[in-house]
Amino acid sequence: MNESVCGVTSLAFQIGDCGGLRLEIAGTRAVLRHSGALWLEAERTMVVADLHFEKGSSYAARFGQMLPPYDTRETLDRLERELAALSPATLVFLGDSFHDGAGEDRLPGEDRARIAALAVGRQLVWAVGNHDEDGPRTLPGDVVDEAAIAGLTFRHEPLPGAQPGEVAGHLHPAAKVTSGRATIRRRCFVTDGARLVLPAFGAFTGGLNILDQAFAPLFGGPALAAALGPRRVHAVGWKSLRPD
Amino acid sequence: MAEATALPPRFQQWFASRGWAPRSHQLAMLEKGRQGRDALLIAPTGGGKTLAGFLPSLLELAERPPRNTPAGVHTLYISPLKALAVDIERNLATPIREMGLSIVAESRTGDTGEARKQRQRLRPPDILLTTPEQLALFCAWEGARTYFADLSCVIIDEAHALWPSKRGDLLSLGLARLQLFAPRMRRVGLSATVDDPDLVRRWLGRNLLDPPPSAEVSRSDGGGSGALVEPSPSGPSGHLPQRGRIHDHTVDLVLGSGGAQPIVEVLVSDGRVPWAGHTAEHAMAEIYQIIKGAKTALVFVNTRFQAEFAFQELWKLNDDGLAIALHHGSLAAEQRRKVEAAMARGEIRAVVCTSTLDMGIDWGDVDLVIQLAAPKGASRMVQRIGRANHRLDEPSRAILAPANRFEYLECRAAADAILGGHLDGEPARIGTLDTLAQHVMGCACSEPFALTDLYDEVRTSGPYADLSWEDFETVVDFVSTGGYALRTYDKFRRIVPGQDGLWRARNAQAVLAHRMNVGAIVSPAMINVRIGGGKRPIGGRKVGEAEEGFFEQMKPGDTFIFAGQVWRFNSLVGADAFVTPAPDKDPMLPSWGGSKFPLSTYLAGRVRAMMHDEAEWPALPPDVQEWLGYQKVRSIIPERDEMLLETFPHGKRFHLVCYPFEGRLAHTTLAMLLTRRLDRLGVGPLGFVANDYAVNIWALKPMDALDLDDLFAQDMLGDDLEAWLAESFLMKRAFKACALISGLIERRHPGQEKSGRQVTFSTDLIYDVLRRHQPDHLLLRCARADAATGSLDVARLGEMLARVQRRIRHAALDRVSPIAVPIMLEIGRERAPGDAAGEMILAEAEEDLIAEAMA
Repeated sequence: MNESVCGVTSLAFQIGDCGGLRLEIAGTRAVLRHSGALWLEAERTMVVADLHFEKGSSYAARFGQMLPPYDTRETLDRLERELAALSPATLVFLGDSFHDGAGEDRLPGEDRARIAALAVGRQLVWAVGNHDEDGPRTLPGDVVDEAAIAGLTFRHEPLPGAQPGEVAGHLHPAAKVTSGRATIRRRCFVTDGARLVLPAFGAFTGGLNILDQAFAPLFGGPALAAALGPRRVHAVGWKSLRPD
Repeated sequence: MAEATALPPRFQQWFASRGWAPRSHQLAMLEKGRQGRDALLIAPTGGGKTLAGFLPSLLELAERPPRNTPAGVHTLYISPLKALAVDIERNLATPIREMGLSIVAESRTGDTGEARKQRQRLRPPDILLTTPEQLALFCAWEGARTYFADLSCVIIDEAHALWPSKRGDLLSLGLARLQLFAPRMRRVGLSATVDDPDLVRRWLGRNLLDPPPSAEVSRSDGGGSGALVEPSPSGPSGHLPQRGRIHDHTVDLVLGSGGAQPIVEVLVSDGRVPWAGHTAEHAMAEIYQIIKGAKTALVFVNTRFQAEFAFQELWKLNDDGLAIALHHGSLAAEQRRKVEAAMARGEIRAVVCTSTLDMGIDWGDVDLVIQLAAPKGASRMVQRIGRANHRLDEPSRAILAPANRFEYLECRAAADAILGGHLDGEPARIGTLDTLAQHVMGCACSEPFALTDLYDEVRTSGPYADLSWEDFETVVDFVSTGGYALRTYDKFRRIVPGQDGLWRARNAQAVLAHRMNVGAIVSPAMINVRIGGGKRPIGGRKVGEAEEGFFEQMKPGDTFIFAGQVWRFNSLVGADAFVTPAPDKDPMLPSWGGSKFPLSTYLAGRVRAMMHDEAEWPALPPDVQEWLGYQKVRSIIPERDEMLLETFPHGKRFHLVCYPFEGRLAHTTLAMLLTRRLDRLGVGPLGFVANDYAVNIWALKPMDALDLDDLFAQDMLGDDLEAWLAESFLMKRAFKACALISGLIERRHPGQEKSGRQVTFSTDLIYDVLRRHQPDHLLLRCARADAATGSLDVARLGEMLARVQRRIRHAALDRVSPIAVPIMLEIGRERAPGDAAGEMILAEAEEDLIAEAMA
């Protein structure tokens, strides 16, 4: 497939056969999958961020707003497809796995069983986030503040300033691109080759435009956005991005 | 004719003092009032229609004996426009003051101050003037029953504009509720001319139910409205009552005298009609001269962009410095009010306007209406013509200026229809379920209800007469728990049944959230257009509002016309677009030239007949005749009941052009579905355009040898439609509207205002998830029904496919035909971004990136 060098950041990337984008994050080889998952093949480790399980029921419980209660199973459907494709030995959740602390208690039985089954034959690592500060209480896996794997540091909320090797979520990055007559807005990865922010994986999670101020402290200069398409990831340069 | 002596002396004297005699329809309405009858008055504008509506109430209030206790609201007036309610308040003040009546008439709209609202709640005015949204709020009040117990009359103004819409559904449900509170309440509708008054009567009236079919359905109040009203003598006696109904009409019909026949001309400027285009640019000079010769002219166009364009063009010609103004929905409200005030003072010679001036307030001395580009429907044109000359005995004058040859035929058809009194037919209204969901929640906020009572109440509303118990239960379940097969929300219900079996709102928070989100108007997310520039713009003056999509097509530095000026687009930040004046620049023309109204079925039929019937040709201008003559030689003029389909090569591509004349919406849907089929047939379709008259599809391979009957087979509306709909952004938009109206998504949440932009994103996610996990959910049903009748016009497409079966006339040509030229010229105009297009955009962005890296 095509291989290219991103001029602004001296970042080499390549679109792989599965539509994923291959590149190095602080020297570690990684694949950005079009599902929104990060894949570290050498470590057989898959990473997903911001699942926000039970976001739908959270609105019902807190505001009486009856959003469809199917977001958890929708997210699980996609997660299980990725697991089947990659068979990781380790699955890392980058925090905000549940939309609120009580989300775990509201899980329908069937969905709870499916989450528990994710741990069969693999290690689950739950990094905690601001929505789920205590992590899951009754589901299998390790609950951690942050994890270090393959020279990378995995935490929910990115720290300001240069953080080489940091892989985080929290911000729900989205890229908006305009061409001629139409505009599209997609979830995306964003990286400068030293650090990486993952898109939100959850079915009901919106996106924050990566031109928003919140991203400014993370990247010294223009970074690369990897926008999620139905079949592949598209690398998008900073100049093509539009604000909301 | 009734005698003027039907009026008490005070009223007679007042009429005489103004030099008026009561008109026959005013006296007829008075009589209906005395008899306690519901009545629909259909009269052209300028006939004292509003006064006719209020006269019975004014009389009753003038004659009422003094009371010890303060009375409740006597008459509730409902208008589709806030401004109209305020205007009528002012107009009513004159007779009340001049006759020395002790009657309080006050308006209450979304703009009314809190203090006044509070006072109105404590001391109701005799006459309350308001909007459908306010009525929906009243229905959600605690104590609404007491507040309206004395209500004796409801007047619905501009009923023709309200009934065939979700606002009309909500209003009809509100009327059913008011009738319950005040069984003696009369319903009065005021309407401009409509094609089928029975449809409006059915909507306005109360539908009377049979005695309950089983013991479980019981009537709690014992009285009901059934015994009080006899079948309308003027109702259609031939109609067999449907199950569960006694008859359709409780509403008597009163017709105002027709007034003078309008004078309608079709303008053939400079003796020619252009091939294509939407702006009537060629006719501007002549239109300017016509404006010069009139006292005040209204220049109607169909879109905001056409308005901006025509305004610019007229000012370029305006050497005499005539006061020519601009009025459309995107302008800042303050600017619109200024234009309206200047109109009322008679200071304006012409206003270029969109449908914002279709109805409502009387604007001084308009003596001419000009329609630029085709009117798309005869009823709308009649309404617009009615804006001229609000004096019945003088004819209104209208000039239709077609922008192209098809439009010429359409204008001719509209002019004939107006003179012949043929208007566009509308289907009977079937009440929407998302609107019903909002009403059910409102009822629960007001007072506890029993399911069977509310079911009966709702079915007294015309649009909901045939509502099934199953659908009603589904709606109530939706309001309570969201209506999901996965019953996880039973513990979070918004409305709950009590031990007494009555349903009520769960808590004060649910009530508050409902009240903040009442209404059935869902407008697209709007962007504020503000003056400001640079990278860190500081919020400047607001020039107006534009739909979100407008700026998505623009790059910083692009110029455009808005509010009658040329602007430079600088940046889009949140919900604000920052612009700076660029008076010296040439504006980038808006890409969208079409009409937002689809061509009415009636006019489409007439246009087809004019084209297909050579006997009609001699009446057409020479260049149009010549055009059709060439068509006959070079291609085919089909028979009246046939559809023409042409195939021909053009450049490196092969085209298929067909002419169903069913309007742009139905054509776009047709083109999408045909493209899918052509793709499967392996001809490699590359793109399409659709306008009101034709569809044009181009492909890699020739399409001459296709089985056309098979291609247009009606099963197109089955699986193909489903598959396409599922991904269609039109469906997502329809779903969003249903989600907002039904209360699934809140526009406003206590403590925070959710902007339209945020809503857009989340409803798309919800739509995708719901579609995969519960495709039969109530809101998906609602969205499909809306898309079918509204944005996709599937209903019309279905009728068309049935009509053309085995009636397709195919002309296999070696080059483009004369009548295909207009649609060929539209290639490259507007295309909706589909999924594939989205991928292409991303791929382009990636190529840009690569080019950047290699440079």
